[in-house]
Amino acid sequence: MKIAIKNGRLIDPKHNIDAGRDLFLAGGRVAGVGQAPAGFRAEQEIDASGLVVCPGLIDLSARLGRLETELEAAVAGGVTTLVSPPDMDPPLDEPELAERLVRQAADLGLARVLPLGALTQQLEGEKLAEMATLRQAGCIAFSQGKRPILDTQALLRAFEYAATFGFAIWLQPQDYYLSRDGFAHDGEVASRLGLTGIPVSAETIAIATCLTLAADTGVRLHLRRLSSAAGIAMVAKARAEGVAVTCDVGIHHLHLCEYDIGFFDTQARFDPPLRSQRDRDGLCAGVAAGTAVLCSDHTPLDQDDKLVPFAEAKPGATGLELLLPLTLKWAQGGKLSLAAALAPITSGPAAILGRDDLGHLAPGAQADVCLFAPEEAWQVTAASLKSDGKNTPFLGCELAGRTKITLVGGRRVFDAR
Amino acid sequence: MRNPQLNENGELTHLLSIEGLPRHILSHILDTAASFMGIADREVKKVPLLRGKSVFNLFFENSTRTRTTFEIAAKRLSADVINLDITRSSTAKGETLLDTIDNLCAMHANMFVVRHAASGAPYLIAEHLKRVRHKNIHVVNAGDGRHAHPTQGLLDMYTIRHYKQNFEHLTVAIVGDILHSRVARSDIHALTTLGVPEVRAIGPQTLLPAELAKMGVRVHHDMNEGLKGCDVVIMLRLQNERMNGALLPSAGEYFKHYGLTPEKLALARPDAIVMHPGPMNRGVEIDSGVADGKQAVILDQVTFGIAVRMAVMSILAGN
Repeated sequence: MKIAIKNGRLIDPKHNIDAGRDLFLAGGRVAGVGQAPAGFRAEQEIDASGLVVCPGLIDLSARLGRLETELEAAVAGGVTTLVSPPDMDPPLDEPELAERLVRQAADLGLARVLPLGALTQQLEGEKLAEMATLRQAGCIAFSQGKRPILDTQALLRAFEYAATFGFAIWLQPQDYYLSRDGFAHDGEVASRLGLTGIPVSAETIAIATCLTLAADTGVRLHLRRLSSAAGIAMVAKARAEGVAVTCDVGIHHLHLCEYDIGFFDTQARFDPPLRSQRDRDGLCAGVAAGTAVLCSDHTPLDQDDKLVPFAEAKPGATGLELLLPLTLKWAQGGKLSLAAALAPITSGPAAILGRDDLGHLAPGAQADVCLFAPEEAWQVTAASLKSDGKNTPFLGCELAGRTKITLVGGRRVFDAR
Repeated sequence: MRNPQLNENGELTHLLSIEGLPRHILSHILDTAASFMGIADREVKKVPLLRGKSVFNLFFENSTRTRTTFEIAAKRLSADVINLDITRSSTAKGETLLDTIDNLCAMHANMFVVRHAASGAPYLIAEHLKRVRHKNIHVVNAGDGRHAHPTQGLLDMYTIRHYKQNFEHLTVAIVGDILHSRVARSDIHALTTLGVPEVRAIGPQTLLPAELAKMGVRVHHDMNEGLKGCDVVIMLRLQNERMNGALLPSAGEYFKHYGLTPEKLALARPDAIVMHPGPMNRGVEIDSGVADGKQAVILDQVTFGIAVRMAVMSILAGN
């Protein structure tokens, strides 16, 4: 199928393009930018007047409940590629499970699903999972999800083994003992509300351990969902020293902080927790500086999971459909250009995935495209979200930026017009 | 965000926490409690303010003493009191907290007195009642996790006012396990709201919550320093399970540094009063000589507690 997307404002952060240019797609790939390739005859034309045309969004962390519903939510949010963590039920530690997930997602033909494989068997943090086999089955890197590796010896072995094959390790840095009893940032709000706190040191200690082992083993390390300014600073320093480390931040952590817990609002329960305003500012600066990229940390939950006392509530928020508007809101607050806003959800994550065919729109790239109305306001309601998860602290809020059309591999998988 | 314990007119409709309540509401509760003080001396210890109303004591966590004082207070207001020991009934069968509440609403409850191990549980209940439009059911927090124990905070204020008349010149020290204490949090909010110029928190770092100073208190680790010139000393109970472990090496070492002895009390003002929410651990946080001494007002606190709880329940029922 040959498609011409005309009259839009093309933004391609990787190639520093922000201009009125047409985009031409053929055979599931980008065929031309600005000018149609020789002999190009569009079978379909999309009028993108008033819309931004950008690479499909790449979300480095999205939990999937009912696959079809959540992938429909993904493309409705402009997300064309997402990474799913391995701590599902059962844990993704066998090749058959990875193959099945990849096949089911491919059959649906919506967003691309890149699974993270389990780093250890059953995610128990003891015996190594069959990484090389899992890789063949489609796992792009190895992770523990939210499960810890308590034994530092086992962690070192996992790093060494992954480094042997050139596999990347993705970990959420959170010291088990400092975080196991807590459910909010160990600061003013938790103290006032009588909630057990998780100190920032839970994150920085784990980062220090991971960075040390990454430097020693040479493994490609990606730290998932940082929550503190101190954590971001450690990663920035390590990168400056040449350690192969990258990191991401959940989009909610750029907008919310401990005060948003208010009177025990369970929608503001996150893992890692929402921290101080200073931490939030540090995370915003870290993303703007390119130290971290963004993810939705999509966690669809039942209503009942939040209608319990704060300590018993499950952490997390729905995110796939909010990633774009919340990223735009962050950029607007920081007075960043649209291209700078889109980099941490397009070209940035593509680089972390090592995929030069994703996250940009030069000829040859996958024809994964998001067309959105940057200023169109919409209200976040249970009905306006396609995801099964209606759990969000932004419920009832009006946000600007709405996806209109999403293409994956040159196929129109979402069209709101 | 409106404080969920106040109605559209700014009147108290639930008592969930002292935090965020204006000074005039606290003073009104204390004044009302004073008017109930004579009732205990009458032959018929009852007033008809809550006649025909049903007060449900919902204790998701055991506490015979607090439950009993609420029961006495409700009965003196002529309410029908229903005690539910929920730790042993519905939740054990897997019913959620809000399912339990819905069931009790269907029994035409007028007031829930709630004790729960999780901080914030009474807020969840109050929000739920609003959502399902039970505007006439009031919630009294009888202690939630580490968060708040507002009637204890109020009875402590009543006690202080009884002995010291006003709050504006006082120095008050709260000593011990503030980290795990809902009483300490409620006391701190009440004291700062009522205008106490200096509230001190005394304890080892392991028993003090993070950024405690932001609640408006001065933090002391040295009890001898902290007690100097105090008008009121509030001692907190140290739970048995916290005595020998990661928080404290031993009860003996704790007593040595943070137990209230006659010698340490001598550092406070000579007319200082000593309070304790009970039950006391003699020889752990307080020496018997102090607990039974003439500066201790611990049993008065219990007596005042009934009048304060009557005041809270009658004010809520009237709003």
